[in-house]
Amino acid sequence: MKHKLFTATAGVALSALLLAGCAGGGSSSGDGAAAAADCAPSDGPVTLEFTSWIPGIEKVVDMWNTENPDIQVKVQTGPNGNNGTYQNFFNQIAAGNAPDLGQIEYDALPNFLVQDGVENIAGCSDVVNAKDQFVGWAWNQVALGGDGGVYGIPQDIGPMGLFYRSDLFEKNNIPVPTTWDEYTEAAKKIRALGGYITNFSQSDINQFAGFVWQAGGQWFGNDADGWTVSLTDPASKKVADYWQSLIDQDLVSTYPAWTDEWNNAYNSSQVWTWNSAVWGANSISSGAPDTAGNWSVADLPQWKAGDAVSGNWGGSSIAVLKGSKHPYEATKFALWLNTSTEALTALNEEANIYPATTEGLKLPSLAKGVDFYGGQKIYDVFAKAATEVTPDFVWGPTMTKTYADVSDGFKAAVSGSGTLADALQKGQDATISALESQSIPVKK
Amino acid sequence: MSAVTTSRPRSSAPRSDSPRSRAIREPLVSRTSAMLVMAVFTVYFLLPLWWLLVASSKSTGDILTTNPLWFADMRLFSNIGDLFAYRDGIFLRWLGNSLLYAGLGGAVATLLAAMAGYALAKYRFPGRELIFDVVLGGVLVPATALALPLFLIFSQVQLTNTFWAVFLPSLVSPFGVYLARIFAASSVPDELLEASRLDGAGEIRTFFTVSLRLMSPALVTMFLFQFVAIWNNFFLPLIMLRSEELFPVVFGLYGWNNQLNQIPELRGLVLIGALLSVIPLIVIFLLLQRFWRNGLGTGALK
Repeated sequence: MKHKLFTATAGVALSALLLAGCAGGGSSSGDGAAAAADCAPSDGPVTLEFTSWIPGIEKVVDMWNTENPDIQVKVQTGPNGNNGTYQNFFNQIAAGNAPDLGQIEYDALPNFLVQDGVENIAGCSDVVNAKDQFVGWAWNQVALGGDGGVYGIPQDIGPMGLFYRSDLFEKNNIPVPTTWDEYTEAAKKIRALGGYITNFSQSDINQFAGFVWQAGGQWFGNDADGWTVSLTDPASKKVADYWQSLIDQDLVSTYPAWTDEWNNAYNSSQVWTWNSAVWGANSISSGAPDTAGNWSVADLPQWKAGDAVSGNWGGSSIAVLKGSKHPYEATKFALWLNTSTEALTALNEEANIYPATTEGLKLPSLAKGVDFYGGQKIYDVFAKAATEVTPDFVWGPTMTKTYADVSDGFKAAVSGSGTLADALQKGQDATISALESQSIPVKK
Repeated sequence: MSAVTTSRPRSSAPRSDSPRSRAIREPLVSRTSAMLVMAVFTVYFLLPLWWLLVASSKSTGDILTTNPLWFADMRLFSNIGDLFAYRDGIFLRWLGNSLLYAGLGGAVATLLAAMAGYALAKYRFPGRELIFDVVLGGVLVPATALALPLFLIFSQVQLTNTFWAVFLPSLVSPFGVYLARIFAASSVPDELLEASRLDGAGEIRTFFTVSLRLMSPALVTMFLFQFVAIWNNFFLPLIMLRSEELFPVVFGLYGWNNQLNQIPELRGLVLIGALLSVIPLIVIFLLLQRFWRNGLGTGALK
């Protein structure tokens, strides 16, 4: 409301008195977010640059461009964030020619925040109003810093579930585990049959973080005084010890994830389950084509029987990068892209994007049965999981480094030297020194 | 040409007997073992290519599930068709971009390096050795290290994410200058330059009509080096380019390969794309191989 008033009045020549009154009104709209971008519409037509690595996204953007001749969006692309695009964003921000909008995963957003790479868009009234359309915890992933700031619009989420071989469980009379204790029991039976219940990935630390997320762990915290790092909190320890015991008893395989041997392990029915995010549905169908029709999805096993808590693995946001001259138009587009039914449907069909809005979870394209999963309506399971994710998990500003450090330790643990808990401790220490070396305040 | 072929044996003959005559005197055992080692290396280098060819001929589902070193069902041509049709033929555009960056860039870079090397070899002027040393220093600096400073400079003149952002840096080839200087010094006789000056030709005309022809074996070598370097240059496009229609093929395929987790169907396209993108390199090598060897040998001898 206020910014509309602002342009309506500022566009016309007015008396100095009136202008002063308007300016006062404009600045007060930044309540609660002192550094929020001044979110005023630009004069005349605007062209926005938008960098994303989502394949096929330009088709979705074309829909917007046809409907909005005055706000044209140019799609630019690059490799996945950690494979080059984030570094490019930082270079471009330093050079002052960053795109207006950029795709940033939740676990990378705090890095952009501490390096002052993203605009606070809390000053845009549309953004604040849109908050309730999103799954609550997904919004928390972009509302960072604890001061009412908003640094992106959630695009997709990765609520986790248990993918399992329903045919093998049924044939061997093993009940589908609903708790992690039952999961261990099932693992023992499966091992006795020569299989593995799952594969423990040494490299997907985000999967492990998803488990910690489910268990109620808090790796990071951030408020006005600085960051807390707690990779070794009790919940993380519990998760680490659990998987360590599975590894020690040789109940899980330890292939490097996303490799041919990993795919083969699933395709040849050696490995029976995968605790993964909603987007994992496609990874299985492509990696293990011979097992079509034999998979199902259930809720992630629980720590306490009767609970209903899930974790999240992956997901990203669309952020307005520092230096954008058109934050108003940029957020307008980002909101359309991530809340409108037409855009979410197109994103889901083009690129398997799983929406982050409560309405989006009910998309018709997500209500169908999936043949690979024996016709099960698997997205119903994930829509339920999406509402059960613990709401306040926070990522740290140096996740790439943290992942690498913990992953080193996990690899060692899997090959028998050290434990997963040791790896977390090393990750904890290395993360704190990484933060301190970047002069990011750490609370101990 | 003839000046080159006649002058070379004379300079190298007294030093030692030629490699060929020595090979004949080698006993059979060492010759066989040498052949064996070479055969192993040949297999080692050709195996990935063979795998690529085989994998490119399979459907996406078969790639992971069938014998990786033998054909399943021959779908090479329909795969190529799929690749060319995907996203309105963006792959062909990338291939064209690469040919333009590497072909035109390589040609211009060769000409510039030839001129610079020739000038350094044939003209005496103050600072000549200093300039040459600086150029030599340039050989030691990896192109990757220059990409970021280049990006910041190009940002200031607003040339990032344009054709020029990749093309202009590709025109610089310190190694080419080095090669050109060495080669010009040995293959362009001063007497010939004197003669053409006496005949009234200007320096520029002399360079283009006399010297350039004498240097042509080295030029081919320089062109090949530069062509391959630009074709394989990955880091510069990564930093400079954001618009897909400007991508060279190597970078475009990298982007697709990155999306495999989300869009597994791309696996087949990445493979067939990789196969097609090495073909221009193979062709250009086979065509210019003779000169390449010639020029390389020259650079090494002098």
